[in-house]
Amino acid sequence: MKSKKPLFPYILWMALFVVIPLGMVVYYSFTDESGSFTLSNFRFISQNFSTILDSLETAVVSTAVCLVLAYPLSLIMMNLSVKRQRMMNILIMLPMWMNFILRICSWQIILENNGILNQIFGILGFGPYQMLNTTGAVVVGTVYNFLPFMVLPIYSVMSKISKPVLEASRDLGCNYFQMLRRVIFPLSIPGVISGITMVFVPAASTFIISRRLGNYNLIGDTIEQYYVGTAPDMHAGSILSLVLMIVILISMAIMNHFDDAEDVVIM
Amino acid sequence: MKKIISKIYLAVIFIFLYFPIGVMIFYSFNEPGRKGKVNFNFTGFTLENYKNLLSNSELIGVVINTLVIALFAALFASLLGTCAAIGISNLKNRSRKIVLNISNMPIINPEIVTGVSLMLLFVAVTHALGLRLNAVTVLLSHILFDTPYVILNVLPRIRRMDPSLYEAALDLGCKPGVAFRKVVFPEIFPGIFAGFLMAFTFSIDDFVISYFTGGNFQTLSVYINNSLKVGPKAWMLSLTGILFIIVLTMLIVVNLRERDKEK
Repeated sequence: MKSKKPLFPYILWMALFVVIPLGMVVYYSFTDESGSFTLSNFRFISQNFSTILDSLETAVVSTAVCLVLAYPLSLIMMNLSVKRQRMMNILIMLPMWMNFILRICSWQIILENNGILNQIFGILGFGPYQMLNTTGAVVVGTVYNFLPFMVLPIYSVMSKISKPVLEASRDLGCNYFQMLRRVIFPLSIPGVISGITMVFVPAASTFIISRRLGNYNLIGDTIEQYYVGTAPDMHAGSILSLVLMIVILISMAIMNHFDDAEDVVIM
Repeated sequence: MKKIISKIYLAVIFIFLYFPIGVMIFYSFNEPGRKGKVNFNFTGFTLENYKNLLSNSELIGVVINTLVIALFAALFASLLGTCAAIGISNLKNRSRKIVLNISNMPIINPEIVTGVSLMLLFVAVTHALGLRLNAVTVLLSHILFDTPYVILNVLPRIRRMDPSLYEAALDLGCKPGVAFRKVVFPEIFPGIFAGFLMAFTFSIDDFVISYFTGGNFQTLSVYINNSLKVGPKAWMLSLTGILFIIVLTMLIVVNLRERDKEK
């Protein structure tokens, strides 16, 4: 059991399928069609700068909405009986186990011009509204897809706060909101941080949600177009992937800086 | 008062979570529109969408592809990940951190970056061999993003294990292989199994990475996405209905088993 030998196949595996592919992304980022070194690919960053900003904005808004929805939900859940907590947990997980593309499809059906929501609005005497192909639709779709990733870490941290600590704060004269601010909130920060990273990363890099619900491109869609679209350009796609990766790794490093738990990992 | 607000809040959240699924299932019993599209006006109850789904041999082929890929990817990942976890547990702090960071790269990186980077490698290799992207490239990619989940599940099990147990088995005359099988393996098996299940479900649900590494080989998510290009189809409604029942049954079974274990 003291041997490091079982690790060798995995080291080889990582070199082949983690290091080399990422190396290829870097290589394509800094070369032109003839394979010689160039910095001219940086022009694709400025060309797509507004898309990058749009993606960050959508991701920030979606992450904020998720946080605002998830935090009170976790607070409510931690006060329920163990049996009901478990049931809530399952109910929150269940939609996540349905197929990702089908979840997007369902919002396409709901938000359609003559879809069910506009039909309900019609009965109530207002509308119809153009809801599909708006930024709002993309945010709704993103929140719907990633909300469980915010709820689960926050809830799991909150449910571990020891009840006597809470009782002590009440005995020492805190009202509910003081207890929330002084005790629960500081203790829940690690959960909030991993929730934010787990929602922000996929939200900033998603492709397909924006295409299907917004009919416009975010940075993920642009990268996809560069790789498999009608006029592929690996070099443009690679430099944008590289930027996306660096932005996200930096923001994760900043987030992890606030959270000194050992072995901080996604999931 | 606080209780009522909590109840209303919970209701709002669960309506948000289940309204889309409910709408899909509601429409799944509606007559399909022209060319198999979704009909937004409820014109009559029918099971036609379910019949169409079960007689769609292309779709069934895709479902089988998806299950086979997920099963083999999870199996290989369990083997690779368990070996890796044993090796990692014997590393010193610093090198352990480096190996874990590289190992977690595929799941920390945005999925699209993992997807396109693998695509670059696989396109180069398959091109050189005169081949195209295929099931094997999808399988390799799935093993890649599955393995870190296995490692993350197995590592804590190894850490919690008492190393002297293994040494005792050796002292009592076990060969290392036997000692591993009889002492270590049963201890870490729950971790391997949890990792396997996690890997399997992530594989089934994966869209982005299969999309980039599959070429013409389609998994379920890729197939649905390709059909969705021309708008939602009626068979997607009945597929949602069937998936909902499968997932619900699985979660209930797992939950009941856990409750029994606690008793």
